[in-house]
Amino acid sequence: MSSSAARPILEVRKLTKRFGTVEVLKGIDMVVAEREMVFLIGPSGSGKSTLLRCCNRLEEPTSGHVIVDGVDLMAPGTDINAMRRRIGMVFQQFNLYPHLTALGNVSLALRKVLKQSRAQADATARAALEQVGLAARAGAYPADLSGGQQQRVAIARALALEPTVMLFDEPTSALDPELVGSVLSAMRDMRAAGMTMVVVSHELRFAREAADRVVFLDHGQIVEEGPPSQVLGTPTSERARAFIADLLH
Amino acid sequence: MGGWERFVDTFFKPALIERYWPAILDGMWVTIQIAAAVVVTGLALGLLLAVIRAYRIRPLTWAIILCVDVLRALPPLVLILLAYFGLPNIGILLSAFTVLWLVLSAVLAAFTEEIVWAGITSIRKGQWDAARSTGFGFTGALIFVVLPQAIRLAIPPLTNRTIAITKNTALGSVIGVAEILNRATTAQSVEGNATPLAMAAIAYCLLFVPVVIAGRWIETRFGWRRA
Repeated sequence: MSSSAARPILEVRKLTKRFGTVEVLKGIDMVVAEREMVFLIGPSGSGKSTLLRCCNRLEEPTSGHVIVDGVDLMAPGTDINAMRRRIGMVFQQFNLYPHLTALGNVSLALRKVLKQSRAQADATARAALEQVGLAARAGAYPADLSGGQQQRVAIARALALEPTVMLFDEPTSALDPELVGSVLSAMRDMRAAGMTMVVVSHELRFAREAADRVVFLDHGQIVEEGPPSQVLGTPTSERARAFIADLLH
Repeated sequence: MGGWERFVDTFFKPALIERYWPAILDGMWVTIQIAAAVVVTGLALGLLLAVIRAYRIRPLTWAIILCVDVLRALPPLVLILLAYFGLPNIGILLSAFTVLWLVLSAVLAAFTEEIVWAGITSIRKGQWDAARSTGFGFTGALIFVVLPQAIRLAIPPLTNRTIAITKNTALGSVIGVAEILNRATTAQSVEGNATPLAMAAIAYCLLFVPVVIAGRWIETRFGWRRA
C-alpha cells in the first residue's frame, strides 16, 4: 500500500518530550496513512512507547503537534476525551478492569461515555468480543482468563468504540510465548478489516509479515524507516543493524 | 449465700431484670438510631472527602489532611465533651444526641477518608490509562473504574473501623444521651447492683454481633480476585 497516496490519519509534527532534563523525544515527524500498519521498533529507552503514548496525550508532549484525522490534539479547543475514544489503545499489561466481566470491560465506555442503553452497549460489546474470538467468555472475569484472552478482551474494549486508529504498546511482551499467536492473529484480522494501526513491538517476524512500514527509533529520533524488507532486511545504520541482529538471533 | 448465688445476685438479679428491661430496650432503640445515623453520614462524608482529595487541589488537600489527622488523633470523648460543654458558650446550642451524632460522624468520616484514599492510591496507573484511553474524563475514570476497586479494597478495614466507632455511642452516656449505657449506669447507681450493666452488655452483643457478622458477609460478597 502506498502511504503517500492515502489519506493521513495520524500525523506527528516536530514532537518533543522532556522528562526533567532528559530529552526522550527530539523532534519526531511521522505520518500514518489510512489502513496502514506501522511498526515502531527500537532499543529500550529509545522513546517508542513515549511516542505512542503522546499520540493520545496519555503522555503530554513538551512541544509539537499530534493530528488525528485532521484534528490537532494539542490545539486548545480540542476535546481530548472525545478524540481519545477515536484512538484505540492496547497496553502491555492489558489493564482490564478486574471488578468487571469481559463484557463489562468492553461495554463500560459504551454505556458511560457514549451513553448507550445497556442492551445496545451489550450488543456492541458482544460483537466486539466475537471479533476477537471470545464471545463464549463474555461472562468471565479477567482473573479467570489467560493472558492472551485478557489482551484480546482489551483489544475488543478498544474496537467497540470504532476507533479511527489503534495504538498497540508492546501488546505481546507480557504474554507467555504460546499465547502470543492468538493476539497476533487478532491483529492480523484487524489489519485485514482495514484498521489503521501503530504498533510498538519486538515481534519482528510479525512485523516482516504484516507491517506496511517499520520505523526504527533510537535516542528519541527516527533513525530509519521504510518497508519491513528494507529496514529489517538491509538496515543502513549501524544501530539498527545491531538491534535487529540481536532480536532475530 | 454460695458463690453461684452471689454471682447471679450481682449480675443477673431477676427482680432488677424485670424492672429495667423496658429502659434498656428504650436505650437500644436510641443507640440504634445514633449508630445508623453515624454510619450513614460518616461513611458518606468520608467517601466525599476522599473523592475531593483525588482532585489534588492543594489548599483543599491540606485542609482535609489537617482535619482528618486531628480527628484521628483526639480521643472521641474529648471531642464530645468539648462540643457539648464548649459550644453553648459561643451561642451554639445542640442537643446531646446531635453532639454525639456529629462528633462520631466526623471521626468515622476521618477514618473513612484515609482508608478510601489509601484504596484510591493503590489502584495501578494502568487502570486510569485504560479508562482515559476510552474517553473517560478524570471524574468518569474515578467514579466508574477507580472507586469501585478502591472501595472493595477498603471494605475490610472499613467494616472494622465502622464497628469500632459505632460502639463509641456508649460515650453518649457521659453527656446524658439516653442510650443503652446511660440507662444502665443510672439504674446501677439507683440499685447499687451490676445487673443493669450486665443487661447493657447483653444489649450491645445483640446489636453488634449481627453487625460483625454482616461485615464478614460484606467482605466475602464484594471481594474479588485480582487479575
